[in-house]
Amino acid sequence: MRARDMLRGDLEGADLEQHVEEAVVTTRLEKVLNWGRANAMFPATFGLACCAIEMMSIVSPRYDIARFGAEAMRASPRQADFLILSGRVSIKMAPVVRRLYDQMLEPKWVIAMGACSSSGGMFANYAVVQGADKFMPVDIHVPGCPPRPEALLYGFNKLQRMIQGHPDPGWRTRYNAHGTEEWARDLGAVTPEALDAYAAAREIAEAAGEPVSGAPETPVDVPGPPQERADVPDRRDRLERDRGRFI
Amino acid sequence: MPDAPGLELIAAELNEAHPGSVLGTYHDRDQACLIADPEQIRDTLAWLRDTPGQEYTFLASVHGVDYLPAEPRFGVHYELLNMARVERLRVRAAVADPGGDELPEVPSVCDEWPTADHQEREVYDFFGIVFTGHPDLRRILLPEEYQGWPQRRDFPIGGEPVIFTNTENEVPGWYA
Repeated sequence: MRARDMLRGDLEGADLEQHVEEAVVTTRLEKVLNWGRANAMFPATFGLACCAIEMMSIVSPRYDIARFGAEAMRASPRQADFLILSGRVSIKMAPVVRRLYDQMLEPKWVIAMGACSSSGGMFANYAVVQGADKFMPVDIHVPGCPPRPEALLYGFNKLQRMIQGHPDPGWRTRYNAHGTEEWARDLGAVTPEALDAYAAAREIAEAAGEPVSGAPETPVDVPGPPQERADVPDRRDRLERDRGRFI
Repeated sequence: MPDAPGLELIAAELNEAHPGSVLGTYHDRDQACLIADPEQIRDTLAWLRDTPGQEYTFLASVHGVDYLPAEPRFGVHYELLNMARVERLRVRAAVADPGGDELPEVPSVCDEWPTADHQEREVYDFFGIVFTGHPDLRRILLPEEYQGWPQRRDFPIGGEPVIFTNTENEVPGWYA
């Protein structure tokens, strides 16, 4: 009953030191939050093609994603933490997927499952987007055609580790995607129009008295203004180049 | 199926009723096919449906084909079925390509065969064959703002070049 002794003030000196060392854990709030986030993930109930069959079996007893705390499939993007792109994304489906992603609340993550959603897979044709990361950020790519459920589980474990590592910046910061906001659709180019639109939106928000994220003094710039980042390679030239490759 | 002589009989009777409506026949792998004039395709199909002794009352499928180097370039296939005799007959409208940006035209059979509605839209969607008289001819499977007719043989395959170790020198800078 050393805890009782300590509370009574009976524990002193080296004994007290030893007790604190054994019984108390110090950490940061952020770390605890991320530990909680990573171990209670809600996947979106969302299947695209044949990979969805493999995805469904991860909640079955044989694979059982409940071991990792992600068995609660949510049928609404508003309640989901991460999206599994389980199959090829056709050009007609791409805007729908992007809208679902935009409707999810931060923090949010995406797993591209299988060859098709990672690269287009065998469908190098007019109907299929050549990799879902053409139009949305993807955190984990799981290879396979289709990947076995174990592979998807492993990908999910990787995602958990990633979340516990460096999850805090919003996805636009994570992937240097500023400028993809609804009001600034120009493939990330910082245009004067985008900056004007941002200034106008910010004026309205400030007038309403809401805290404005992305203001210069706040460190986290989640839906912030378009800006350059030196530490993340700028891939816009690749986007331009890849665009030219579509015949 | 009508056998080869039976197919010739049908073609002869049809040409008698509607001169010039049958351009040819072929019979291959137990499948009978009439090659028809697209201008008279409505008369042809109506005759095959309504004439006693023919009665191909069920239009099972409508689909397009691009035979590119061949002339006429396109085919619109109408798969007919006589459900009493379980006989199938294919009618192929041989549609010429007008060239340039113009689209080939075929009369729609939508009012006579309601099932043709969506199937003609699909042919239009993928081959750019216009069915005149169709009540609502617009794209059905591809996005509405899609450009081009992707199932035509001269339509590029699309996608992106795939890098293998044996082709990586042909795509310089892919790793950048």
